[in-house]
Amino acid sequence: MSRPFPILSRLLHWTMALLILAMLFIGVAMVSSLSDYHRLVAIHRPLGILLLVLVAVRLINRLLSPPPPLPAAMPAVLRLAAQASHWLLYALMFAVPVVGWAMLSAAGYPIQLVGAVYLPPILPHDRALYAVLRPAHTVLAFLLFATFLAHLGAALTHALVFKDGVFRSMVK
Amino acid sequence: MSNERPPADDLDRYSLAALTKPAALVRVAGIGTVVLAIAAAFAGTAGWLSPGRLDPARMIDRFEAVNGAHPGFRRNHAKGVCLTGWFDSNGTGARLSTAAVFAAGRLPVIGRFALAGGLPMAPDGPNAVRSLALEFRLPNGQQWRTGMNDIPVFPLKDPRAFYEQLGATAPDPKTGKPDPAAVQAFFAAHPESARALALIKAKPFSSGFANATYNSLNAFVFVDGAGTERPVRWSMVPNDSFAPEPADTPSDRNYLFDALAARVKSAPVQWRLVLTVGRPGDPTNDATVPWPTDRERVDAGVLTVMALQGEDTGACRDINFDPLVLPSGIAASDDPLLSARSAAYSQSFTRREGEVKPPSAVRPD
Repeated sequence: MSRPFPILSRLLHWTMALLILAMLFIGVAMVSSLSDYHRLVAIHRPLGILLLVLVAVRLINRLLSPPPPLPAAMPAVLRLAAQASHWLLYALMFAVPVVGWAMLSAAGYPIQLVGAVYLPPILPHDRALYAVLRPAHTVLAFLLFATFLAHLGAALTHALVFKDGVFRSMVK
Repeated sequence: MSNERPPADDLDRYSLAALTKPAALVRVAGIGTVVLAIAAAFAGTAGWLSPGRLDPARMIDRFEAVNGAHPGFRRNHAKGVCLTGWFDSNGTGARLSTAAVFAAGRLPVIGRFALAGGLPMAPDGPNAVRSLALEFRLPNGQQWRTGMNDIPVFPLKDPRAFYEQLGATAPDPKTGKPDPAAVQAFFAAHPESARALALIKAKPFSSGFANATYNSLNAFVFVDGAGTERPVRWSMVPNDSFAPEPADTPSDRNYLFDALAARVKSAPVQWRLVLTVGRPGDPTNDATVPWPTDRERVDAGVLTVMALQGEDTGACRDINFDPLVLPSGIAASDDPLLSARSAAYSQSFTRREGEVKPPSAVRPD
């Protein structure tokens, strides 16, 4: 049976899992709400930047302490799906907040985190950039949600159907 | 990782035969149910399962339905012109708010004069509400954006009333005029709007943009250095003397904007920023209700408009004058219009920034 993930890896995983799921729900609630829009945006912005910091820490941690190997018996196609979906998750965990920051920059908004703490723009104020980045933020977030659902389904399949220790290595 | 071949039962756990055993099928179905339930909760949160819900997209859809499609233009206050100038704070406002805009000194300002309504080519006329939108650039990188109108109160209490009013006052395609029965039904259902409209009509409009008073209408919360919060509404009060609208308005389509451009060209135009401080009990969540006239008024400084630019080249084109872009020291009140304005403006901004914009009606350069 494979060894468990190191404690720091598990902590980062479950913290980010909760925050990302909350963030995706806040995002769709926010853009469809007139009454709570402002309140939710005020949470969405700093939480997104926190997630960007966390995924950077997580990538470094992953490179320093690599995840346990997948079971030797796992077929090549499942192995490939597992590896590809993990790199897709990482790519999206970076891309969604970076595109969010970039689109606010291109829109010319001041980028407030909390109180008097603001982020600098990372792009010039430019309508054409905003017109591309704003829908891109939504599309990437939906892709992240779809990838999360696939990841959840796969994790539960490892836990309940394959019973191969892969799920346990993250909960141990 | 081992190079040895794994035991047969290990390989078997991934086989199709293992997955299609009854016990495994039940579990796979259970997993599928969990995943679908989360997806359904997501769809519900996004409003996809409640097509009647009033959301920012439907609000802007209604503007487009009533006014027609005008790609590249703001969905409301569509006809306008950019301004540049500065704000000289006299330091008096610092007593009420820690916002850097109230420390004594000069700040650059860009903004926009406009007519309310969603028609970018509408002729200037005596019945159009005029607006002044501003973006103050604070030295600490913060901004203060505000959109003000030259009416004493706002005729609508909340976004639902706004949405209904847009529908009720939409011109009938046959007559070109709103259906009187629909208008009457709206005011019957919204007595607060009828009261506000009476106040608006009782106050004479000025003859132009330069001698109009522009009001925030919504209340905001000012926070002072001790953390004390006070409700505040603000106004830009013109230095140009008031003259009522002439009985015979010029027939030129841009007469108001042309007069403004001529006035700015002759000399800078100035307004005083007046902060009106509410008292406990003054309504902050209802822009249709005026505050008593004896409330403290604080003169915080002078806005000077130095020049106008057409929207096609002016910096205001790509600014969303979201009323909730506020510096530290000013916060939103409980007025439901504020969050709704923020959400709807964002929707309008996102749509128009992705569209090709034809030339604006007003081109003073």
